[in-house]
This record gives sequence, C-alpha cells and structure tokens, in this order.
Amino acid sequence: MEPLIWGEIIIRIIGQFTPVWIALIVLFAASIVYKRKLGLYGKLFDSTIGMIGFALVMFWVFTAVFGAMGMIVTHDGLQQFASMKNKVPGTFLDEEGVYNYYLLGGDNLGRDVFTRMVKGSWEVVKIAPFATLFAFMVGITLGLPAGYYGGKLDTFLSFLANLILAFPVILLFYLLVTPEIVATGIPVYMAGVLFIFPIVFMVILMNSRFYTQPAKRNMYLAFVLVIGAWLYLGIAWNADPLGIISFPANLLVVFVSVVFVNSPTVFRIVRGLAMDIKTRDYVAAAQTRGEGPWYIMLWEILPNARGPLIVDFCLRIGYTTILLGTLGFFGLGLSPESPDWGSTINEGRKLLSIYLHPALPPAFALLTLVLGLNLLADGLREESLRD
Amino acid sequence: MGLFILRRLGVMILTAICLTFIVFFLTNLSPNLEKLAKSEVNQRMSDDAVTSWLANRGYAQPLPVKYGQWLGVLPGYVIEGTDGTVRGRCIGQGMAPEDAPTFCGILQGDWGQSSVFKDDVGSIIATRLGLTGKLMFWVMVVMVPGALIIGVLAGMREGSRTDRSLSTVSILSTATPEYVSGVIFIAVFSSSAVGLKWFKGTATSAMDDITFANFTLPVLTIALYGMGYIARMTRASMTEVMTAQYIRTARLKGVSFGNIVLKHALRNALIAPFTVIMLQFPWLLNGVVIVETLFNYKGFGWTLVQAAGNNDIELLLGVSVVSVVVVLTTQLISDIGYVYLNPRISVT
Repeated sequence: MEPLIWGEIIIRIIGQFTPVWIALIVLFAASIVYKRKLGLYGKLFDSTIGMIGFALVMFWVFTAVFGAMGMIVTHDGLQQFASMKNKVPGTFLDEEGVYNYYLLGGDNLGRDVFTRMVKGSWEVVKIAPFATLFAFMVGITLGLPAGYYGGKLDTFLSFLANLILAFPVILLFYLLVTPEIVATGIPVYMAGVLFIFPIVFMVILMNSRFYTQPAKRNMYLAFVLVIGAWLYLGIAWNADPLGIISFPANLLVVFVSVVFVNSPTVFRIVRGLAMDIKTRDYVAAAQTRGEGPWYIMLWEILPNARGPLIVDFCLRIGYTTILLGTLGFFGLGLSPESPDWGSTINEGRKLLSIYLHPALPPAFALLTLVLGLNLLADGLREESLRD
Repeated sequence: MGLFILRRLGVMILTAICLTFIVFFLTNLSPNLEKLAKSEVNQRMSDDAVTSWLANRGYAQPLPVKYGQWLGVLPGYVIEGTDGTVRGRCIGQGMAPEDAPTFCGILQGDWGQSSVFKDDVGSIIATRLGLTGKLMFWVMVVMVPGALIIGVLAGMREGSRTDRSLSTVSILSTATPEYVSGVIFIAVFSSSAVGLKWFKGTATSAMDDITFANFTLPVLTIALYGMGYIARMTRASMTEVMTAQYIRTARLKGVSFGNIVLKHALRNALIAPFTVIMLQFPWLLNGVVIVETLFNYKGFGWTLVQAAGNNDIELLLGVSVVSVVVVLTTQLISDIGYVYLNPRISVT
C-alpha cells in the first residue's frame, strides 16, 4: 500500500478527534446559551481571546480524557513495530488487528507518534491542575496570615519563600528527583508536609465559617477530616488503610517538586493581595463586628482577591505544564517509556536533523496548550476588570 | 540608602549560606556518597570498604563540620586513615602534611576537585562561565531592545491594531518554552528534511569561533522566551503612563506624539521593565541549561547537567554557589535600581 498523502492524513486525524469535536461543540453551545447565568465563566464567552484560549485548553482536556478512555488513539503507544522505525507520517502498517496507518509516523523505536502525543496530554492533564491547586492551597494558607498579621511571621515566611525562589529550578529538580535522593525518602517527607496544607486549609475554612453553629461545624469538620486523612495517607505515604488509593512513587516525586517550586510565588501573590485588601472598609467592619482573624482572612479577604488569583491559576497551570515538560526533557522522574511531551521531545530531538515527525507533534501540542492557558488568563483578566 | 544596601547585603549573605547548606546537605546524603565511593574505586565494593573509604576521606564527619570545612571557616580535616596514609582536605598531591594550609574552603578559593572532568572545579567553572557569558551577552543584545521596542510600540496606543498583533506575538513567545522553540527552530532552519539549512543545529563550534550560522539559533531560542514577558510588562507600564495627567497636559500643549512618547513617557515607563529584566536572570539560567543541552554548547548550564547527572559533588556545589550568587546579586541590583529610578519610593 502507498503511504497516505498529507490531505488524507489531515482528514483522518480530524476524524480520529471526532469525540473531542462533539464534546467541544456541546460545551460551547451550552455555555453560550446560558452565558448570562454563569457568572465570570459566562462572561468569558464575550471575549474572543478568552474563547479561543478556552477552546484550546478544552480541546486538550477532552483529548486527554477520551484518550485515557481508549478513544481517539489508534495504537497502543508502547507497542513497537520494527518495520515502522522513523517512518514518515501516513506510512502503511501491514499487521492484523491494528489500525493500518501511522498517522504521524513512527518514532525511533517504531511506536506510533500520534498515539503517544494523545497519551502525553493525559500525563499533563492528570498532574498539572492538581499540582497547581495544591500549590495554591499551600500559598494561600501561608500567604494570608503573612499579609494579614505582618510582623515577624511575615518576615520569616517571606525569607523562606525567597529562599526557594532564589534556587534555579533545574538545579532543584536535579537535586530532588534523582534516584539517590528518592531512596532517602526526602520527597516523601516533603509530600508529608506539603499535602497537609490542603487539609489545614479546609479545616480552618469550615471552622471559621460555622464556628457559631457547633453541630453543623462538627459534622463538616468530621467529614473533611475523614476524607482528608484518607486521601493524605493514600497519596503522601502510600498507606491507604482501604487500599484504594495509591500513588506511583516516581509520580509523587514529580508532583511534590512541582508543588514546591510553585507555592512560593503563590505565597507572594496572596501576601501582596492580603496586605492590600486588609486596609479596606469591609475588613474594618468585620473586625468591629468581632469576627475572628481567620474568618476575615478566608471569608472576607480571599473572596475579594479571587480575580487576580483565578487569572494567576490559569497562567500557573501553563507554567506547571512547562515545568513538567522540562522534567521530561531532562529525563527526570518520569519513567523512560512515559509518553509525556517533554520526554518525547527529548527523544525526538536526537534525530531531528533527519526526521522531524517524532519531535514536532508533542512540541506543538505543548505549545498550543500553554498558549491556550495564557489566552484564557488574558480573557479572564479582561472580563474580570470590566465590572 | 547605605543602610538599606547593607541590610539587603546581610539578608543576601544569610540566604546564600542557607541555600548552599541545603545543596551541601542534599549532595552529601549517604546514597550519593556511596555512589561516589563506588564510582571512584569500583562498583562491587563491599559495604565495609565503602565506609572506611569515606571515613578516610573525611566524609564521615558530622554535616555542619563538613560544611564549615567546605566553606573554609573550620580547619580542614587531617585523618590518618585505616590504611596508614595521612589524608587531609588541604593536603594536595605530593604535598607534605606539614606544609598544607589550615583552611581551604571556597572562601580561600579552593573549590575542590571535579570527579568527572579530573580538574580543578574553580578553573572548570571559570572557563564554562566565560562561554555562557558570551551566550548571555548576545541574548541580552537581542532580547532587551527587542522586548522594549515591542512593548513601547504596543503600549503607545492601547487597543490599536499594532497593540493587538504585538500582544499576541508576545503571548505566543511566553507560551513557547525553550525546548519547544529550540526544536522548532532546528527543524525549520537546520534540518535536511526542510532543507533550508540556514543555520547550524549545534553550537559546539561556537565555543571557539562564534559565527552567525552557529550562534543565531541558541541566542534566539533563549531570547524569545524572555522577550514576551518583558514586552508585556513594558506594554502594561507604557499604557499606564500614557493615561497619566502629564501626558494629557503635554498633548493639549500641542507636543507632537513622537516627542511625547520619547521624551515624556519613555523614561517613566521603563522603571518597571528594568526590575523585570533583572529578575529574569533566574529564568534565563534555566533557559541556558536547556539551550546548552539542546545545542550541545558546553557552557555553564551544560556543566550543571553533567555534574548533577554524574554525581560530581564538588562540581555541583561549585555550580550551585555560582548560580545562587548570580540570582541573589541580580535581585539586589533590581531592588536598588528600583529605588534609585523611582522617585516615589524612598527607603529612609
């Protein structure tokens, strides 16, 4: 069989993405119809930039989810066909029971580039948002009191944050993600410390809100603590008593180092916002009412700081994606077979002067996702400033 | 001002000590030391042999003591080993133990010996830093004027078509990490598959002789990522200045638009970008590591990767000291410069 020409390849790729197109169209149609009822999210659909960004991001999110469910992908992603080594896009594959073409060619081990790109998106989507969320929890829990109380606490925490920020990121990765350091268990202890912050955050959040209604508070607190402790044991210490949650050790290291690198910046942003907002009248009103400091921080200051925080959240997911790619590029943390974009770019670059197709698809994938997140952040910023 | 700088310097030194101690702690963890012993002697060493090899070379001392010796504030160890030889931190090869100096840490300029390159760490870092300095110089030459021009042009008339298109370009460039843009550049401009072959895909030859062909791509790759960010900051600061009262006054007086931009707005609009450019250094350091690996340019970043990848403890420590000092110095300059440039901020 002849290899496919470019037109056919493009049509087939678009065809493979059918579930993603359907999901995108449904999402956009529903969002545009109900956009007046959806708050800030709805307003996003008033700005072209924001819509483009959102479409790019959701494209990759749907691709990742459907890809992980076994749709979209054409092959296994790990299966190697010796005859397909470095073959150009559209090469015919003469095997029984598999898709007959390598749509974007084969890599240097004869694996399908298209499938690996799709699977790589799942690697990003399953880590980046959660790592960013954790970094935000840490940054908020420490940044609010630092900004609100100021003084010695602020000096100390800011010093710590600046300490981490002064570390060149790659050096930190090399120091944390090597097998020798992992063997000493330091990343696990770091996970133990960092992952306690979300629980602390939720507990303070609930406690300060329902302090006056003990019955309700106790119920919520018990709920948060049980779920939190369960997740905490499972994720950080890999000691889930029920045996449901387990977290691969190498993934944990990557996760921890990304959270660790991101949280000081979040801390600085939250601290700055808290220092600004604490001088407002409504904070003074709450203080006069006799509200506790944590109530003021979490229920007066934090909701009013949400605009910049949401924008930064989008940007930071993009930055986390870049960091994950950097880790993959240097072969740190993730397993060598891993289809994540950084590793595939790194593998592909070695033969770049002769074969372009293994390195370019993951590079463009990463580029479009990060671009989408940046545009989305820009759209959100514009829309949230408008009111 | 003097007191402010002194206080900042104090904090900076404290930070540097903390950071180097963390790196020292992480590189001197027992699995790393064991690996070092095995790679220096042989892979199938017994555990006892490893322990005595490490003890003979002073690695068994408590961590703060080792750190003090490495820093040069504590006298270097002198240990009579289990095999009868007297070894000391400060006793060089072919030197009698009596002649050796008491202190020999980085403060005395003794950076130790690299186990991979079999050379003095100080001289390795000096050479590599020189190579990276050349790269950085050209990056700055391309990046700073480019970013400022884009930012000023975009921020001059907010919302215009120029603004829209230039802003999109700068968002695109911030969204492209070095390993992506580098790969795309190599693919387009130097691969035989596309066939343009304008530039070379490696910069190894640029270490001796910089030419347009072998240095354009690495410089462009680093410059592009930082450029977008600085341009956006410049644009934001420029738009803010352009709405200020004194600009309107100048316009109403009939000053031409070009004169307003160049003489009235520009100076005030460049305060924020200055600090941003200085704070870009840590990120540039990242970019340098990636680009030097990608283009096989054996500079400082490449050395960092080699040292970290091969468990070369002394070299890695030296590299960390230099990078930490570079980052902290640029932060200090940025702080001082901000205060100096901005008349509204006073430190006293």
